[in-house]
Amino acid sequence: MARGRQQRSSRTRRSAPGGGRLRAWGADHARAAIGALGRLSRSRVASGMTAGVLGVALALPAAFLLALDNLERHASGWDDGAQISLFLQEETSPDEQQGLAEEILQRPEVQRTRTVTPEQALAEFRELSEMDDAVAMLDDNPLPPLVVVYPEPGTPAGAVEALTRELGRKPAVARARLDLEWVQRLQAIMELSRRIAWLVAVLLALAVVMVVGNTIRLAIENRREEIVVTKLIGGTDAFIRRPFLYEGAWYGLLGGVLAVILVEGGRLVLSGPLERLAELYRTGPLLTGLGLDGILLVWLAGVGLGLCGSWVAVGRHLAAIEPR
Amino acid sequence: MIEFDGVGKQYPGGHEALRGLSFRVDPGELVFLTGHSGAGKSTLLRLIPLLERPSRGQIVLNGINLARLARRRIPYLRRRVGMIFQDHRLLYDRTVYANVALPLVIAGTPAADIGRRVRAALDKVGLLHRETAYPVTLSGGEQQRVGIARAVVTRPPILLADEPTGNLDPELSEEIMGLFEAFNRVGVTVLIASHDLGLIQRLGHRYLRLSEGRLVGDTLNDGAGG
Repeated sequence: MARGRQQRSSRTRRSAPGGGRLRAWGADHARAAIGALGRLSRSRVASGMTAGVLGVALALPAAFLLALDNLERHASGWDDGAQISLFLQEETSPDEQQGLAEEILQRPEVQRTRTVTPEQALAEFRELSEMDDAVAMLDDNPLPPLVVVYPEPGTPAGAVEALTRELGRKPAVARARLDLEWVQRLQAIMELSRRIAWLVAVLLALAVVMVVGNTIRLAIENRREEIVVTKLIGGTDAFIRRPFLYEGAWYGLLGGVLAVILVEGGRLVLSGPLERLAELYRTGPLLTGLGLDGILLVWLAGVGLGLCGSWVAVGRHLAAIEPR
Repeated sequence: MIEFDGVGKQYPGGHEALRGLSFRVDPGELVFLTGHSGAGKSTLLRLIPLLERPSRGQIVLNGINLARLARRRIPYLRRRVGMIFQDHRLLYDRTVYANVALPLVIAGTPAADIGRRVRAALDKVGLLHRETAYPVTLSGGEQQRVGIARAVVTRPPILLADEPTGNLDPELSEEIMGLFEAFNRVGVTVLIASHDLGLIQRLGHRYLRLSEGRLVGDTLNDGAGG
């Protein structure tokens, strides 16, 4: 009789359609996810505080990296303006000057050239400096003929430097100057800042993992009896693990949402003074936000780190709970 | 259905709970396990769903040698063995319904079937009207019946009960034993540990007697005592 029972039950199992299996699996995940969210919402203060810690920990590196991105965007605008100024020998005629400019323009790494005659240079100087009287006192024009060379945007700094050296060796050229050094310095500083930001980000990510891990460890302790009973009646490790992993993921997502609010809120607070600054410097908007990509990235980081933390806690503590 | 062959269990520290235990329970049998407390009844039951592993000998359950069962297969073994405990082991923050539904949820039973099967199980133990109650509001006997409903809701071929009537008065005890007999009549193999020899003899089933971890008696009781 018992044998007949068993055959019957194994037959029903075999005849269960694959779709039903999949649906049961999906329902299981949905139950674990919703159940975990329900537990979070029942202990609102405690889970709010955990999410707050995660939010701050995620917001700090996000804000730092966002600021660097903005700075870099502006700096790259300056970088494209890199130019080589060739001051020619004073006796160079305008025709020779023009010929040299055209010759240099043939080079592939040069985008365009501009010639400035001493007269143009003086006029420009007068206009910019508003020192008409002082200029008028000069006996003759002290300014040399000038050829300004604009390299193709994106040309590596080393190649631009080599070009400057080569052009400087031309007999007509008295002196060649590359206006790039300060850009390079700025880039080096930003590279350093970026490294520091990532270092801080890694440390804070570690903090997120540990905070979630500890929170999940407590959740496991609180539900010890439930875990024992579930193991007794045949719950697989995956089944028992699932709600805790979802709990960690929810914490991460909540922290991510909070981090985005903090970063964008901070940007809003700074926007007034920044707009004034942008007006004064006649630049475009100084501080752009995270954007959709950035927001998704912060959320993804939150969920990933939350999962990571709960995985660590679950791995360490679930195995230790066995039915007695 | 259940075969023990030279099974011994020694705990760390040297205490020998079971020694050289060999017996066999056939499919569809109802067998009692008796002896003083500390005789090894609970240990014996715990070896069957692999809550513990034996130190010596082998156990074959329904043709499966438990020694060769991988750790990750244990949950599936436990789903085929219904277990009932003296302290019920219910979840007190969930309703009677949720407690009984738990094994079905674990086994991935379609949601549409769960309600029907939970109510069928509760009906069998006579608690259909208490499905929304919380276990603390129930009497000891009722809690035990919830535990039984939870054990049978997946229709396992084997039921194990460890002192299921330990805290109940004689009248309730007989009621609970009556439930086990009813499940046995529809083909479930049942193994019940109980120190209540009087009750066992009255009910009239085969019983094994344990003393200090050894099998000291295997009596085919024809119910003459009752």
